[in-house]
Amino acid sequence: MTYEELLTQTALADDNLVVMTAENRALVRNLPGILGKRFIDTGITEQTMIGAAAGLALRGRVPVVHALAAFLTMRAFEFVRTDVGIANLPVKLSGFIPGFLSDANGPTHQAIEDISIMRGIPNLTVFAPADEDDLLKMLPAIWDAPQPAYTRINTRKTTHEHAPFEWGKAEVISIGSDVTILTYGLMFEQALVTVEMLKNEGLSVGLINMRSLKPVDEQVILQAVALSNMVVTLEDHFVTGGLYTIVAEVLLKHRATANVLPVALEEKWFRPALLNEVLNYEGFTGKQIAEKILGYQTLGNQPEIKINEFAE
Amino acid sequence: MNNNYQKHQLEAIALNVREHIIRMSTDGGCFIGASLSAVDLIVYLYTEFLNINADNLESPDRDYLFLSKGHDVPALYGTLAELGLLEKKRLQNHLSIHDHIYWHPNTKIPGIEFHSGSLGHLPSVAIGVAMDIKMRGGENKVVCILGDGELNEGTCWEAMLVANAYQLDNLIFVVDRNQFQANIRTEELIPLEPLTDKFEAFGAAVKRINGHSFDALHEAFGAYPFHPGKFNVVIADTMRGKGLPSIQERADRWFCNFSANEIDQLLLELHGNHTTQLTSETLIVR
Repeated sequence: MTYEELLTQTALADDNLVVMTAENRALVRNLPGILGKRFIDTGITEQTMIGAAAGLALRGRVPVVHALAAFLTMRAFEFVRTDVGIANLPVKLSGFIPGFLSDANGPTHQAIEDISIMRGIPNLTVFAPADEDDLLKMLPAIWDAPQPAYTRINTRKTTHEHAPFEWGKAEVISIGSDVTILTYGLMFEQALVTVEMLKNEGLSVGLINMRSLKPVDEQVILQAVALSNMVVTLEDHFVTGGLYTIVAEVLLKHRATANVLPVALEEKWFRPALLNEVLNYEGFTGKQIAEKILGYQTLGNQPEIKINEFAE
Repeated sequence: MNNNYQKHQLEAIALNVREHIIRMSTDGGCFIGASLSAVDLIVYLYTEFLNINADNLESPDRDYLFLSKGHDVPALYGTLAELGLLEKKRLQNHLSIHDHIYWHPNTKIPGIEFHSGSLGHLPSVAIGVAMDIKMRGGENKVVCILGDGELNEGTCWEAMLVANAYQLDNLIFVVDRNQFQANIRTEELIPLEPLTDKFEAFGAAVKRINGHSFDALHEAFGAYPFHPGKFNVVIADTMRGKGLPSIQERADRWFCNFSANEIDQLLLELHGNHTTQLTSETLIVR
């Protein structure tokens, strides 16, 4: 099943669901013909689309709203905060090509502060699936919930089969006493590589797919800190406001301390190129992450990174 | 034009609403100038045009009024109170922490459909509501009151493009054209004219009228829908501070916080001919 197929199936089963886009149809190409009037394209108007989604939600609709993550969360930010957040309406934001997935588009298209700003809005929930399987497992719960939500859309295919989604819960892939990697979204793929390399170096390694960033699974963070000598937060997001910050907040709240290594983007936008080159240039391949954690070069091999399905 | 409407009744309600607004412009104050310009519009819409009353607020078949130009909310509070949607005594709670009667609209007040305060937001919210009504085959009307200064916000024009594309002829934008931004005349800062031409160029069916004449309002809204498939715009030429010569059309009488004595004088001014000598040092230009 694909994102579009799940959306189609859900929309056909629920007359209240409307699909909206600001002329970004990559994920919803076939829906106009299927949904008729329940497919609303407002043109290149992210702000108006969000306001209109709020109006539709006032009338009992559940709008699933599509735009590039950068414009959905930033250009329309005050509309999300004011029309959706304050009103606490069930508008479902689908932001696509977030993080490194905007690969060669350049800094205008880089949503690498989206987690930070979306989780700052009261009432808004925030989700970041590791891949398409994870995405499809979480969307039914997200669309069904009464709250507004931002989902960092990631339709990349991996071979990992994820556990069923639980609201506010992380997915524990493995537990380890030396290092635990906490991650979300696209970086999950590379984290799998990192884990293998660290295990080959003789380390006991844990891996957690955070998936629900707000509400966040505080217990899983505290458990990782308690069980491992070191915790790594791995994300294609600025180091400020994302998972590293979330972990810091949770630790402070529970008066815990930990040895935490952030792997995130520092105070700069990333260098645009195709995804495999971006990951390599910015030091986010599984092998490079393993080496950061170990502090020395490994003999491991970095598997090939597949190119994006589409570019906007 | 239908002459069955009770013009003198509307005038009496509007006068009461102006009294309420004046009473709200002390002990913290309110945006009195912007409120007084919108009184006749709001009173007309609720009394004659919109199907909104205390009994149908929960019904999806009622009409909708969105106050995008949130500074005129005292005019709405006063109208809701006069029409029995809001208890009159609650107006005395203006700005109290124990009630929700504050400087901008919010949905804690019965009859207020959506919060506003950040300008250029409700055109798009109104579009979403109008779209849904169309989708469901409903007949209800959606009115969105905009300030002329508010038209500086790009999202107003973005929304017009979408209203045109979706042929939302159940949507009526009403511009309270009182010629002022916050502190400065619109035409001195960011000129808007020719405003009718602008809206028409965006695909609207436009009527431009005297926003203080109930006859003119009745004639204009009596022609709704103005043109099949076109969204409707009423440009209502109004006067900031209408009803109080001492503050009318003055740039420094946008937000006012009058002394109790001045309030008494202004109430007399509203009913009589003399002009109040305002000396309050608590006038605030925000």
